[in-house]
Amino acid sequence: MTFLQQLINGIHVGSIYALIALGYTMVYGIIKLINFAHGDIIMMGAYITFVSLIMFNVPIWMAVIIAILICLISGILIERIAYKPLRNAPRISARITAIGVSLFIENLFFKIFGGNPRPFPVLIDPTPISLGSLQISMVTIVTIVVSILLMIALDLFVKKTKTGKAMRAVSEDHGAAQLMGINVNTTISITFAIGSMLAAVGGILYSTAYPQIDPFMGMMPGLKAFVAAVLGGIGIIPGAMLGGFIMGIAESFTKGYISSQLADAVVFGILILVLSLKPSGIFGKNVKEKV
Amino acid sequence: MIKAKKLISTILVGGILLSSLVGCSNAGSTSENAGNSNVIKIGGIAPLTGDVAVYGVAADNGVKLAIEEINANGGLLGKQIEYVVYDDKGDPTEAVNAFKKLTSNDKVEAIVGAVTSKPTLTVTPLAVKDGIPMITPTATALEVTSAGPNIFRACFIDPYQGEIMAKFAAEELKASKAAVIYNTADDYSVGVAEAFRDAAQNFGAQVVSFEGYNGDDKDFKAVLTNVKSQAPDVLFIPDYYTRVGLIAQQAKEVGITATLLGADGWDGVLGVNPEAVEGAYFCNHYSTDDTATEVQNFLKVYKEKYNEDPVSFAALGYDAMKILAAAIEKAGSTDKEAVVKALAETNVTSVTGTITFDENRNPVKDVSIIKIENGSNRLFTKMSL
Repeated sequence: MTFLQQLINGIHVGSIYALIALGYTMVYGIIKLINFAHGDIIMMGAYITFVSLIMFNVPIWMAVIIAILICLISGILIERIAYKPLRNAPRISARITAIGVSLFIENLFFKIFGGNPRPFPVLIDPTPISLGSLQISMVTIVTIVVSILLMIALDLFVKKTKTGKAMRAVSEDHGAAQLMGINVNTTISITFAIGSMLAAVGGILYSTAYPQIDPFMGMMPGLKAFVAAVLGGIGIIPGAMLGGFIMGIAESFTKGYISSQLADAVVFGILILVLSLKPSGIFGKNVKEKV
Repeated sequence: MIKAKKLISTILVGGILLSSLVGCSNAGSTSENAGNSNVIKIGGIAPLTGDVAVYGVAADNGVKLAIEEINANGGLLGKQIEYVVYDDKGDPTEAVNAFKKLTSNDKVEAIVGAVTSKPTLTVTPLAVKDGIPMITPTATALEVTSAGPNIFRACFIDPYQGEIMAKFAAEELKASKAAVIYNTADDYSVGVAEAFRDAAQNFGAQVVSFEGYNGDDKDFKAVLTNVKSQAPDVLFIPDYYTRVGLIAQQAKEVGITATLLGADGWDGVLGVNPEAVEGAYFCNHYSTDDTATEVQNFLKVYKEKYNEDPVSFAALGYDAMKILAAAIEKAGSTDKEAVVKALAETNVTSVTGTITFDENRNPVKDVSIIKIENGSNRLFTKMSL
């Protein structure tokens, strides 16, 4: 029973990692940029929900929608203002800009809200539901269900819709996509919007599970989600999902059966192992450099 | 990682700039009448600015309030007390500077300070060499008072809390199985947890689970799931209140029904997550709803003067000064050796209880056990070993 409970704990945190990892992987897929500011969108989502609930007393569903909308717009703005002018610059410039954007957002929120951690309001009653001797909290169920629904929706979107097709085309080849009449700028904006939206949801779910928010809270889940994306093969959507779940479950089992202090070591150890055996990640394709 | 490093360096540079600015403005409150023999000079060392200023200011407020009261009642040995305090910013080097200024320039008779453990530990060797009576209100590190026979403290030490909570769990709550989870990155948490584990056996409770977690973790479910499988009667979580809020919430989520226990780091948990800690017990230096006259008087005067409720640091600052004053009165002079001897024989009843010192100059006094009931702190009982 303890084993099953640990597995559920792992899937819970893993599904949050997977949601966030999707944003990293989509953005990387389309413009080959590691968007370091992605972790801070998580924090933004949590803070906006917090502010709408505490200061404006709006109902929960509205707070969630407001947070998603603001994060979505911020995602588009970040791309337009910070990354678009650098699209043809060397990749290192864009990467450094991404770090700058991340620091800017963190310190902006630090300035506005202060550095003290704040308690996040309880959105879902923590009392667990018993299934035999197994006890699962509503938070866990909601997190897993919401994450999986969003992942299915994203998969359908990318595979079945015209915009999804355009996204795949742009990620294959910018120039050719443009020649086929695809608006590359709009497609990239949509990718950032979707990624930020998932990060906002991830941020809200994360703060519901761990009800404490501070301006730097996005760093650790952001880093872990990034590792999850690399683990699964960066740029590949199912890879990010799988990577997220592997990370979460490995973390939970290490904490449960070995030692809390070793959790991060094991998780990053898996990354090193996978990358040394298959450098492009679990689902990664071996792409030869074009000459 | 790059982000973290960059951030840290930004903070460091900012910190250096700031501290160089602050350095100029803090000259302290030196007095002109250095040779005046109608006053008794007491020195203070406290972090009045910086990261831990909240604690320093509270403790200093407590000391000042005690001095005001003593002076209003005719002073000590017929003389008025003059209090000279320097800011150590929570920094060991600054604390040494403060100590040197107090002993060589101001020629104080005794010192109340420092407030946090690290600065106190750097000052104690100097104080031992000098022989000056020194009492720290709140430095909890075990080694503070073992430096020498003239160093005392007003607060109980970390292991003491662990032992008290073990006794409380076994004797008052009749717990037979206890679980402990602690923060491996924090000396305070480890110290209290180990003391609890070692003492529980003696009081007849079995420690069925003793697990550590990482300080910067937010997910404790895996550890808590293990705890749950042992079905303990009580779960002891000696950590600071922000993390306690998170842990308590997750304990509920994995279905732990054991009574939660904590230590003085829990003071403030009601502001974080009152629902999750409902029905829990923790120990503290004093309780605001203690009906003892000393406590109620202190609360009233403190609130009048500073317009806020005193935290335990304020109460301990107040008590440290009262203990020192009682010793000087008893010694009949400010002779260093006489005062140290009188301090060792202290028997004072003040805000945090009736205080005597053990052979290591740590206080032996009642610990207030507080129960969280209907979202507020209630004094449940007072205990000593």
